[in-house]
Amino acid sequence: MTRIDAKFASLKASGKKAFVTYIMAGDPDEATTLAVMQGLPGAGVDIIELGLPFTDPMADGPTIQLAGQRALEGGMTLDKTLALVRAFRTADQTTPIVLMGYYNPIYSRGVDLFLTQAKEAGIDGLIVVDLPPEEDDELCIPAQKAGLNFIRLATPTTDDKRLPKVLQNTSGFVYYVSITGITGAAAARPEDVAPEVARIKRSTDLPIIVGFGINTPDSAQSIAAIADGCVVGSAIVKEIGAGKPVAEVLAFVKSLADGAHRG
Amino acid sequence: MAEDGLNSFMTGPDEQGRFGMFGGRFVSETLMPLILDLEERYNFAKTDPSFWAEMEDLWKHYVGRPSPLYFAPRLTEHLGGAKVYMKRDELNHTGAHKINNVLGQIILARRMGKTRIIAETGAGQHGVATATVCAKFGLKCVVYMGAHDVERQAPNVFRMRLLGAEVIPVTSGRGTLKDAMNDALRDWVTNVRDTFYCIGTVAGPHPYPAMVRDFQSIIGKEVRWQLAEQEGEGRLPDTVVAAIGGGSNAMGLFFPFLDDASVNIIGVEAGGKGVDDRMQHCASLTGGRPGVLHGNRTYLLQDNDGQILEGFSISAGLDYPGIGPEHSWLHDIGRAQYVSITDKEALEAFQLCCRLEGIIPALEPSHALAHVMKIAPTLPKDHIIVMNMCGRGDKDIFTVAKHLGVQVAV
Ligand SMILES: Cc1ncc(COP(=O)(O)O)c(C=O)c1O
Repeated sequence: MTRIDAKFASLKASGKKAFVTYIMAGDPDEATTLAVMQGLPGAGVDIIELGLPFTDPMADGPTIQLAGQRALEGGMTLDKTLALVRAFRTADQTTPIVLMGYYNPIYSRGVDLFLTQAKEAGIDGLIVVDLPPEEDDELCIPAQKAGLNFIRLATPTTDDKRLPKVLQNTSGFVYYVSITGITGAAAARPEDVAPEVARIKRSTDLPIIVGFGINTPDSAQSIAAIADGCVVGSAIVKEIGAGKPVAEVLAFVKSLADGAHRG
Repeated sequence: MAEDGLNSFMTGPDEQGRFGMFGGRFVSETLMPLILDLEERYNFAKTDPSFWAEMEDLWKHYVGRPSPLYFAPRLTEHLGGAKVYMKRDELNHTGAHKINNVLGQIILARRMGKTRIIAETGAGQHGVATATVCAKFGLKCVVYMGAHDVERQAPNVFRMRLLGAEVIPVTSGRGTLKDAMNDALRDWVTNVRDTFYCIGTVAGPHPYPAMVRDFQSIIGKEVRWQLAEQEGEGRLPDTVVAAIGGGSNAMGLFFPFLDDASVNIIGVEAGGKGVDDRMQHCASLTGGRPGVLHGNRTYLLQDNDGQILEGFSISAGLDYPGIGPEHSWLHDIGRAQYVSITDKEALEAFQLCCRLEGIIPALEPSHALAHVMKIAPTLPKDHIIVMNMCGRGDKDIFTVAKHLGVQVAV
């Protein structure tokens, strides 16, 4: 059982929805990221997604693209990202951390070495946008063997024929992408998302967390209400990108978390 | 080799879209159903005689195929060795090989019921070809082009707009060809129902590398019969040479000769200011290592942390940090040889070709020509080299003038 599985078990026991946040490692610097990370659980965040910066983030909109660029310009690397997780783990042994990014920096490190290092640093799961089930042998299967969750994206284009394939080697939770599009673009509409979540639920017992296009406490509430939880990324990254003090960022996160937990 | 299917180099890719370890389908889940659909529709079209009949009709009456295979007598004499032939794909409508592939993809898009076409472009040649064919068929066309290239290639931007295309300057990342491809992919995940992504080279997720290669293979197929016509039944080239950006004109020339062991195959990458640790080049095979970008595994210019580096070349059409996966495979198994040519060498070849043959080549094939200039003098007079003259140089005269220190009024 990973920290992710344990977290969902305890949320279920208390009848609460999961609130998940995405931030970019090293944006604008490591100290800020660590300070934000350390404040997230207190602000009501159940699971932290930590972005691994990449030069070519094909699934991301301008907000997260620019965050990645700022991080890389500040000298962020895979090693420094892992070091952030290690630093976070000295004081927090329970909040799950999911590393989210693209395959090349991981492939470049070497899959086996990366998995050993990620596990040792205290990472619990991976979301790798450009690894569909067709490429499961690359990282998904080795990651599960190494005891990490591999969290797959399901999307509006994932039809019933394809769904079993997408669910097959997924663990931890299923990340339902609420829109066809990139991060930070269109707003997610509960009336579109609800039937899709129900459809996926019929095929899996894993929790279903909805992300993309959620940016206010109200939308966090209305989406969380129809799923097992929701993810907010760009809206928080935008606050960090605007140079807001950590306390203000965390206050905004808390308002979103309260929304999601009302859902 | 050719008779024995097991030892053929022409059977790739496999069902996973792999050429050896290269290629594949590294895309987000949203796009996966789309590329599976495309694969299915392409596999059907590939064996459908009516599809090829439509292609051949347009190749002949709209593009002007077959393009000539031209023996270059004065260049041959000047170099004093091998006989040099040029495959004149610069004479195609729109001035480059790009339209061979665009026609195939747009005919397929029409058969799939798609109404909106998107494309990425670097130098603007693929963008112009796509805008052209979309105009011909009355399809909506959106072209993503790096903001830096929009400035460098103003005439092609105007051409595309005249043809009715919307040109979107890309400012994400560093505003170059790879960023244009990222933005095209972002458009595609957003507009999944009506949009067809027309990729301009043998890269991207499976089935693009194979599909684009198949459409460009008309180049090599024509060379086979044209050379036999001029040099005698059964005569094959001894060496074929082509420039490589993403590698589509090169795959088009090489593919029909892969199983002819006597044919030397040479791909020429852009060496920029020299292939060394200053990284001022775009030689993915000679200066990069395997990685995953834009849907496939291939050789890439990247740093130690797997971050992608920018290419550098005088030629905007070669300025891509990757290379088609089939080339990476041909390189690793040793069936093809890959070399690099610097900006300076390409500029010299450009000028020589103008003066000796009355052909103004694009800067891309000038790289291929520069390598021909290196090897031809060392080869016997009965050795036949065919180089791919894949584009004309009108688009490049301002760049060349600048490098020669000449002012050209616009
Ligand atoms: C004339 C010409 N040749 C070559 C290229 C490079 O592409 P590829 O390697 O796919 O043929 C381009 C690209 O713009 C081009 O315009």
